[in-house]
Amino acid sequence: MSEPNLPDDAARMRGFFDRFLQAVPHLGALGIRYSDQGKDWAELSLPYAPQLVAYPETGVIASGAIFSLMDTAAGFAVLVALGRFLPHATLDLRCDYLRPATPGETVFGRAECYKLTRRVAFVRGLAHDGDPAHPVAHIAGAFMLTEG
Amino acid sequence: MAPLPPYATLLGIRLGAPGVLTMGYAAHLIGSPGRLHGGAVAGLMELAANLAVRDALNDETASLKPVNVTVDYLREGAPEDSHARAVIMRLGRRVANVRVDAWQADESRLIAAARLNILIARG
Repeated sequence: MSEPNLPDDAARMRGFFDRFLQAVPHLGALGIRYSDQGKDWAELSLPYAPQLVAYPETGVIASGAIFSLMDTAAGFAVLVALGRFLPHATLDLRCDYLRPATPGETVFGRAECYKLTRRVAFVRGLAHDGDPAHPVAHIAGAFMLTEG
Repeated sequence: MAPLPPYATLLGIRLGAPGVLTMGYAAHLIGSPGRLHGGAVAGLMELAANLAVRDALNDETASLKPVNVTVDYLREGAPEDSHARAVIMRLGRRVANVRVDAWQADESRLIAAARLNILIARG
């Protein structure tokens, strides 16, 4: 079965991704939204929300929520780099937590698919909460292209 | 045992068998159709690691900060309950090195395995 090509017009692409994200239950639960994209990268946002908190005494959100943001952004970056939908699965992902995200601030996660082979897509990325020069997390990982 | 934070409640985490955290299946954990979101499984494993270190420390004043986590995804997460068990490889004064396994119906068929370094700030 052939997969549909992604729309190439930027505005249509944005609407397409917005709808795609809204249809994914766990992304809705975390509040992950579409933000931006380029040729081989994608950026998503994670607005601050009380249900994401892991440290009630400080209001700092869970590192696991940032991991989810970055895993999702990396998966999107792979699709963007491919230019079409192919089934893919995270093979492994490492996340360095550089500092706690500031309570109340939206976290932005931008991931890049920097190398694409027939079977494997390599990704890297950064998360920040307002200033890209002061990231909160760094990721590196690989996705398997499971068909095609 | 410290109370579970809001993020753990969002994931539907509860204490399972001794030393095991269980994430009860719920529709909002789904990523792609019919599969758990990998981030939810990672969240479960991070919480299991944190809880294991907190229990081993037996020090209410210590605060834990995740340094990093590496997750290997071994199998798709089916829409069913998931479990995680953490093993502390080394509990140092400043850092705990932790390994976590995650599985579903069959503990011998892992869906994911993780390694974490957790910084310990003693009060």
